[in-house]
Amino acid sequence: MTDHSEISGGNMVKLILAWTFVGVPLAWGVLQTLINAMQLFQ
Amino acid sequence: MSNTAGAGGASSWFSRENIVAKPGFSRWLVPPAALCVHLCIGQVYAFSVFNLPMTRLIGITEPAPGDWKLTELGWIFSIAIVFLGLAAAFTGSWLDRQGPRKAMFIAAALFGGGFLVSALGVYLHQLWLIYLGYGVLGGCGLGIGYISPVKTLMTWFPDRPGMATGMAIMGFGGGAMIASPLSVWLMNYFATPDSVGVAQTFLTLGIVYLIFMSVGGTIVRVPPEGWEPEGYVKPAQPKKMVTNANVHVDTALRTPQFYLLWGVLCLNVTAGIGVLGQASAMSQEMFPGVTAAAAAGFVGLLSLFNMIGRFFWASTSDYIGRRTTYMIFFLFGMALYAAVPWTGAIGSMALFVACYAVIISMYGGGFATIPAYLKDIFGIRYVGAIHGRLLTAWSAAGVFGPVLVNYIREYQIESGVPKADAYNVTMYIMAGLLFLGFLCNLMMRPVHERFHEKPEPAKA
Repeated sequence: MTDHSEISGGNMVKLILAWTFVGVPLAWGVLQTLINAMQLFQ
Repeated sequence: MSNTAGAGGASSWFSRENIVAKPGFSRWLVPPAALCVHLCIGQVYAFSVFNLPMTRLIGITEPAPGDWKLTELGWIFSIAIVFLGLAAAFTGSWLDRQGPRKAMFIAAALFGGGFLVSALGVYLHQLWLIYLGYGVLGGCGLGIGYISPVKTLMTWFPDRPGMATGMAIMGFGGGAMIASPLSVWLMNYFATPDSVGVAQTFLTLGIVYLIFMSVGGTIVRVPPEGWEPEGYVKPAQPKKMVTNANVHVDTALRTPQFYLLWGVLCLNVTAGIGVLGQASAMSQEMFPGVTAAAAAGFVGLLSLFNMIGRFFWASTSDYIGRRTTYMIFFLFGMALYAAVPWTGAIGSMALFVACYAVIISMYGGGFATIPAYLKDIFGIRYVGAIHGRLLTAWSAAGVFGPVLVNYIREYQIESGVPKADAYNVTMYIMAGLLFLGFLCNLMMRPVHERFHEKPEPAKA
């Protein structure tokens, strides 16, 4: 079995796609939460 | 591939054998697969955004005769949490054998399907259909989805099991932060003069969650037997509180360690859930200038720290050990709970928020660190099933926490204590619960060798 820790070009694309798929909605949720939380300090 | 052809094709595609990673697969693809599931099922914490709109499905602008009451709607969440615990406890062993892909697709079908049945329930105005849909089916999807990637992640990351499960369980904390604004936006989008838009929102969410969770099931892989990350050397002499042996799930239930960990999780969660439910009212009553909108922002901020704590504390536990991590939760937690009334007395909103933020980070951290603690104590082979059984502590805490906090507060107010001070006793009792958790954690010892599974004889 080849080394799993080495990331090939094809794998890098898959990794970027997969992390973007989950990262974008999560970042949006965090942003909305922070916007709402700002009211606490206004 | 011959084994995917014919009638058994679908079954093979879902099977554990068919998702063994091929050479070149990066293990860093597994955490996003797990997040696909946990980000969706974390929606359960945001279900309350539907409660008020569902009280005026007939009246539209305000409740009309025949509309559902809040007390009736409150049961939807409770049923879902009870079925979460039951599904995790009763299906853990079976799911361990079937593998994470099948588990994730079953969870997707149940959770997404639960929303679709609930949409029908809203459309036909039949509350029992929502109990069945979101409560029973969705709750089972929650339980199965919650435990489905845990063992797989720890197998891929034997060098950092806490971080790996922390990433996934962080998603459960983050799911509500996505679902809450998304649900409100969808209800506003679908609302018409004749409809509050709940049925259409349920339908949309059901389809979106079904697809999103299925992507996770498609990506996920298990490592080949005996695989280890490059450069990782399994310690020949494991640490005192980490075993290389395995304890069968049925045997684990006969050990005191299982019940001590059950107590550790239950007490940590009870204290956290108890104060989470009161956070909004508490901030407004202790600091009279705080508006309802600002209090909602405060609750949102706590969700953020709940999520961050899941990743931070679980990752930290890889370096300082699980027992030490829980010692910090309990000792530091006791000090912070006891300090909350003092922050109110000196009128420091900043200190109040800081205390609460750390408390809630440790509440989330308790959820995320427990799978790695179980692996350390019982070994990795049955950790998914054991974790499933341990989640009944969550169900129990979900009942104890709010009941305890609400009754104490009511009793205080009836006894003539001012509202702003009625929380003081609650905080001290929560600190007491954490002390009990501290004792449970202090008594943790490695499982006796007689409970260990005998190693399989070497094949000739």
